[in-house]
Amino acid sequence: MTINDKYRNRELVQRTIQEIKDTVTQKWYIMEICGGQTHAFMQYGLNDLLPEEIELIHGPGCPVCVTSLELLDKAIAIASHKDVIFTSYGDMLRVPGSEKDLFSVRASGGDVRVVYSPIEALKIARDNPEKQVVFFGIGFETTAPANATSVIKASEQGLDNYSMLVSHVLVPPAMHAILSSPMNKVQGFLAAGHVCAVMGYKEYEPISKKYEVPITVTGFEPLDLLLGILQTVRMLENGQFQVKNAYPRAVKYEGNIQAQAIISKAFSECDRQWRGIGMIPMSGWKLRSEFQAFDAEIRFNVDHIQTKESEICISGLVLQGQKKPFECPAFRTICTPQNPLGATMVSSEGACAAYYRYGKYLNG
Amino acid sequence: MCLGIPGKIKKIYEINNIKMAKIDYSGVEVEVCLEATPEANVDEYVIVHAGFTISRLSEGEANETLDILREIDKINQQEHNQ
Repeated sequence: MTINDKYRNRELVQRTIQEIKDTVTQKWYIMEICGGQTHAFMQYGLNDLLPEEIELIHGPGCPVCVTSLELLDKAIAIASHKDVIFTSYGDMLRVPGSEKDLFSVRASGGDVRVVYSPIEALKIARDNPEKQVVFFGIGFETTAPANATSVIKASEQGLDNYSMLVSHVLVPPAMHAILSSPMNKVQGFLAAGHVCAVMGYKEYEPISKKYEVPITVTGFEPLDLLLGILQTVRMLENGQFQVKNAYPRAVKYEGNIQAQAIISKAFSECDRQWRGIGMIPMSGWKLRSEFQAFDAEIRFNVDHIQTKESEICISGLVLQGQKKPFECPAFRTICTPQNPLGATMVSSEGACAAYYRYGKYLNG
Repeated sequence: MCLGIPGKIKKIYEINNIKMAKIDYSGVEVEVCLEATPEANVDEYVIVHAGFTISRLSEGEANETLDILREIDKINQQEHNQ
């Protein structure tokens, strides 16, 4: 039995749900930021066990979903070069671009490979010196140490045929954007445990204070999720606006200092376009000037991209927690995991994919 | 992508000057990069993201959180019996 298995104890789950029911006295809207948590809630059926006063709003924490159409189209253009081996995390391959996806590039003869880690992409670059190897560096703070390391090592080892198309996004600026929207309903947050494992949770304190929202750092097992809800509900009921840590076995206040050092060696903050949401100031990371030689956007001339988004898909509103997937006319009709219109139907962290997979359209 | 998986370190070594480890995920062995948790030891649990360890799992903290939950359980039961 691993440490995490203990966090699936049925009896403790039932008791914690009872404690949540005993605590809640009114309607509360709580956002789980991380798409992995959206799936975990549904996978374990926890959302059906929570009292109806608690409404979960699904957040934008799905890197595949928020990677901008422009960058995806650039990825498709780069991957179509005949001397390029294009490498990416698997989910990205089926996300629809303006005209096609990365899978169709592969079907037309492009060398597009799924890798588990950018360290694999480095190995491919080492083994194929006559090719340009490009890695699609997407993700939140969680994948940043891995992506940053690959560029640092490529630079140290003189792997000049390696480069990265960087699409890093950051959680705290997205929370600012959600909370300052006039449409906002969110009253409390479950902060993504693994983002906090890397970054710590100091940067959430000013958000909690400014917008008067409780924030609970939350893990991914059933008891982790319920403890996150319980702590958030307790703070909401008591009018407390603090940041608490319900995932201390993995998250320290200061985060992983070594990982942060790796990230800041390679990346600096920049404005970032989020698919379906728009530009959020200082919400991304780009390669620092000393690593620009490894920036695929600079290495390949892909500035002339014209994007075209689906007119039906409402994934932007889903990502901002303003609509539920079943409110989209395309959901389950013309948009399915086999033929997705938007990235939220593709990704294993996308809300539409979760609703589709776990049958959440049956009773709304 | 945020769904990090905890695994147990079986072996630590270097490839091309990069600190790597063999991790056991309940019977399945996978190679991961250990550069962000260089102080992690064999038999320790770590959380892995994108083939990269991002955090060492504290067994002490894990048990403490469970104790808090059991405490709630005890209070619930006492209230139930009253």
